[in-house]
Amino acid sequence: MHPAPSVILFTVLSGAGFGTLILLGLGLALPFGLEAAFLWGAGYALAVSGLLASTFHLGNPQRALLAFTQWRTSWLSREGWAAVGALAMLAPLALASVFGGGLPAAFGITGAAVALLALFSTGMIYAQLRTVPRWNHWTTPSLFLAYALTGGATLVGLPYLAGLLCLILAVLQVVAWRLGDGRFAARGSTLGTATGLKGNLRSFAPPHTGTNYLMREMIHVVGRRHAARLRWITILFAALVPGMIVILLPDRFSAHLLAFVLHLVGAASGRWLFFAEAEHVVGLYYGAHDGAGN
Amino acid sequence: MTALPPPCEKKLGLVIDLDTCVGCQACVTACKGWNDQGYGVPLSDQNAYGSENSGTFLNRVHSYEMMQDDGPPQIVNFPRSCLHCENAPCVTVCPTGASYKRAEDGIVLVNEDACIGCGLCAWACPYGARELDQAAGVMKKCTLCVDRIYNETLPEEDRVPACVRTCPTGARHFGDLGDPESAVSRLVASRGGVALMPEQGTAPVNRYLPPRRKGAAGAAPLTDIADVEATGIAGWLDRLLGRF
Repeated sequence: MHPAPSVILFTVLSGAGFGTLILLGLGLALPFGLEAAFLWGAGYALAVSGLLASTFHLGNPQRALLAFTQWRTSWLSREGWAAVGALAMLAPLALASVFGGGLPAAFGITGAAVALLALFSTGMIYAQLRTVPRWNHWTTPSLFLAYALTGGATLVGLPYLAGLLCLILAVLQVVAWRLGDGRFAARGSTLGTATGLKGNLRSFAPPHTGTNYLMREMIHVVGRRHAARLRWITILFAALVPGMIVILLPDRFSAHLLAFVLHLVGAASGRWLFFAEAEHVVGLYYGAHDGAGN
Repeated sequence: MTALPPPCEKKLGLVIDLDTCVGCQACVTACKGWNDQGYGVPLSDQNAYGSENSGTFLNRVHSYEMMQDDGPPQIVNFPRSCLHCENAPCVTVCPTGASYKRAEDGIVLVNEDACIGCGLCAWACPYGARELDQAAGVMKKCTLCVDRIYNETLPEEDRVPACVRTCPTGARHFGDLGDPESAVSRLVASRGGVALMPEQGTAPVNRYLPPRRKGAAGAAPLTDIADVEATGIAGWLDRLLGRF
């Protein structure tokens, strides 16, 4: 799948934003005054930037409000509701935290749960696609949640929780890669099943001389030469190094910020691989995995 | 809206005969010609006369090389378009309700006025049947020429999809695959028509008729020619040259 820089950047940023809002909403950190203004502000800025950016890649963004209508069937619609709902529900808590005032704990917990649902929905947008076997798995929504909460915990500055989440993220990401690498073959889709033809098959002539939307979007072959190195960069920067920083360095804001920025670099690398390594079955028609008949 | 309708009796679709298709691309041209001026926005081209040309098409014809152990190698031309699936994943993923399957005849359509151009339905389709028009920013797909098949202002023989009407070899058939007695259903039954990528669980309506067996089984077509024994002067030369 095409690893569009805008989608990578903003799923990473808005994920970290919602992760931050969830931890603040749960009351795991109780900042006040200037610190509260910074943390809540950062959470909101990151989350909102992601939402706004998600409308940029649309063909007709002026109709974006229609995307709220199909929540019964569409994960993309559910994501919209949950994201906007969480931002609205947590706003009073953010204001109370910055300007003083108290709200019952259930208030923040509900908002955090809705934010969690938004992250889960984002993951399910990809995980629901049977056409992309690598994504079509429980590890996809789990990873979206793990990245978001790890980012949030490092930014908010919860050393032990952040350390634990970094460990979980690293294990989960490695498991996702290991399981994902063989899933296209395991699903059994070949040029044989795609065409119903028997024998040894090979794409002889493409249906057009130029490129097309399908090829740019779904059969995008990017250099996967650096995949192994990027996997190391992802694990080190997204999980291991930030985990060590929050555990070993003194519990200071600067340390948290350093861990958070490094985590974002790793998360961006991981998200690039998430798209670049995902193969869509439509590629079979264009000669990907040639040679296997049924 | 984007929930699938309850299973309908009528299942309009295409039956494509891979035995008779010659890969002439007439269906591609007829499809683009008709759908450029009727239903929804036109099918745009980008840089049509340049080196990096690209465009929106609802039907594309691939060619595959088929090597078989028990028969001669063959080139198979393979038209690919929307299969109007009964369990269409492109419909349920749509966030706006633009993508829908008609309850009355099973045709899968896009309401372009509600399409935001997110592209998720194209990702959900295993067959590459949907293309986002780069000029209008809305999703385009085969409509089964819904503006022809029910159009009483057209002569009756024209009330079939443009690709079917134009096919010079009669490789494309249109009809109700939900009716076991229809001509298309009988054709599928007699020729062993297949569904594409059944493992995807989409339950497509369209069927493809596999190529018939050709040539003598067990013998490659060039064997006789290659084994010709040279006689006369050629034979003498052959034996002479063989000594050096």
